[in-house]
Amino acid sequence: MVVGLEVHAQIKSNSKLFSSSSTTFGSSPNSQVSLVDAAMPGMLPVINEFCVKQAIKSGIGLRAEINKYSVFDRKNYFYADLPQGYQISQFKYPIVGKGKVSIDLKDGTSKNIRIVRLHLEQDAGKSLHDQNPSKTYVDLNRSGVALMEIVSEPDISSAEEAGLYISKIRSILMYLDTCDGNMQEGSLRADVNVSVRKPNDKLGTRCEIKNLNSIKFIKQAIDYEAKRQIKIIEDGGEINQNTLLFDTQTGKTKPMRSKEEAHDYRYFPDPDLLPLEIDDDEIKNIKNNILELPDERIERYIAEFGLSKYDASVLTIERSVSDYFDEVIKSNKALQGHAKIVSNWISTELFSLLKKDNLDISTSPVSPKDLGELIILLTTNVISGKIAKEVLTEMFSSKKSAKYIVEKEGLKQMTDSSEIETIIEKILSENQKMVNEYKSGKTKLLSYFVGQVMKETKGKANPKLLNEILFKKLN
Amino acid sequence: MKIDKDTINKIARLSRIKLEDKESEDYIKDLNSILDWVEQLNEVNTHNVEPLSNISSSVLPKRNDISKDSNSSEEILKNAPDKLEGFFAVPKVVE
Repeated sequence: MVVGLEVHAQIKSNSKLFSSSSTTFGSSPNSQVSLVDAAMPGMLPVINEFCVKQAIKSGIGLRAEINKYSVFDRKNYFYADLPQGYQISQFKYPIVGKGKVSIDLKDGTSKNIRIVRLHLEQDAGKSLHDQNPSKTYVDLNRSGVALMEIVSEPDISSAEEAGLYISKIRSILMYLDTCDGNMQEGSLRADVNVSVRKPNDKLGTRCEIKNLNSIKFIKQAIDYEAKRQIKIIEDGGEINQNTLLFDTQTGKTKPMRSKEEAHDYRYFPDPDLLPLEIDDDEIKNIKNNILELPDERIERYIAEFGLSKYDASVLTIERSVSDYFDEVIKSNKALQGHAKIVSNWISTELFSLLKKDNLDISTSPVSPKDLGELIILLTTNVISGKIAKEVLTEMFSSKKSAKYIVEKEGLKQMTDSSEIETIIEKILSENQKMVNEYKSGKTKLLSYFVGQVMKETKGKANPKLLNEILFKKLN
Repeated sequence: MKIDKDTINKIARLSRIKLEDKESEDYIKDLNSILDWVEQLNEVNTHNVEPLSNISSSVLPKRNDISKDSNSSEEILKNAPDKLEGFFAVPKVVE
């Protein structure tokens, strides 16, 4: 299976690429449309400098060449949501050239996916087809919003890799703050090219699946399409090059329009726009202002905290999660040696609580500092892991600190061995019959005694001490 | 390059212009004479010369990223032959 992706990422900016209309999502229809966006005669495009900087920044994040000279072209086609009759895009001279993105596979290895280019272009308006049997409704609010189209080489060889690739692109753009990464709102979407071949054969004919807006659908569509193509070939047929749509209801791809009249976009340089020239200082300036990228953060987590590559990459996919982790570690020096525990507590315990309340980590009721305090209590054996989970749940709902809850509820772990011993003796004397059974070989009963002691101490006995003493007493 | 009947029909279709047969004959003639004239440029050797798309020596003017509330939705929809609740309504685009 050979897969290449074209990712369309909306640039995070206040105003559109060539007009001052707002880019806010979800406003009432046609309320953010200037005369330029509506393509009124005589209107001229003026480029948004910030969008250019965002594209350069993204290019640097994709470890790509920045082209100091690029040109805007017109891509001509007729469609109801494209009032100009052409999309301003970049064809021959894109702003960003060859780059590469590294993805971390489950088996611990990494793979580079080569980037062909990144270019700037306008987004089109939005069409609603399903509201009326004979009409299509058009909203031009999105018309003219800046897009970055990021084109990969066909280096991807499975649906899994495609998923990792788009997550990584999303992650990089979100770290750079050049795209909000919101796939549900369409800020990030992809066209996927799929073809199949026997190992070492030349490339097969490809089909393009348009406009996928979730990682799950991208993976489903690729798997379905590859199977469809393999079946055709095995039945002795041939693949026709085609543009497809993915039906999210049925999980199948279907042809979008016949290619009998292949698209003829008649690209030519837009006479309304001069070439875009960027100088070295500007590129340097943008480069110097880039904070840490996901790959650099992964390296840091491995080097400083000894996390595995896979753990580090899972932790860094979402910038907000990774920032939270950094805050926890920063809150107490002692936590530096317990990075793995911190990472686990964030990705399991905290996440399950957040998920239950449908919250995002950036609005977590438990602050990084408070979680840090809880983990300190755990790692210094003041409380057990089981109690710590209960304390976290309590912190989540009451917003009180871990220390306060532990004090107030008397949850401190029992670490005094004579105290634990007394309780063990009590439990054993109450269960003399079972002690005899144990001694005659039914050693499974050990866990029963542990359970009884825990019950008696409300889970506060230090499990390690408890096990040691109990074992000594019984043998 | 010569313009023939197929080419003229294709150009007309791409431009969404309806041409009668009589008109296409005229356009074929006109366009061919324009092309013949332009053809003279081929006498110049342009090997290794980048196409010139603009003769202006000024630089691309840029604007700051400030959004302005145009509030022109009414104005924008004024020319629409058909509309509904702020949307343009067009004949169904079937895909």
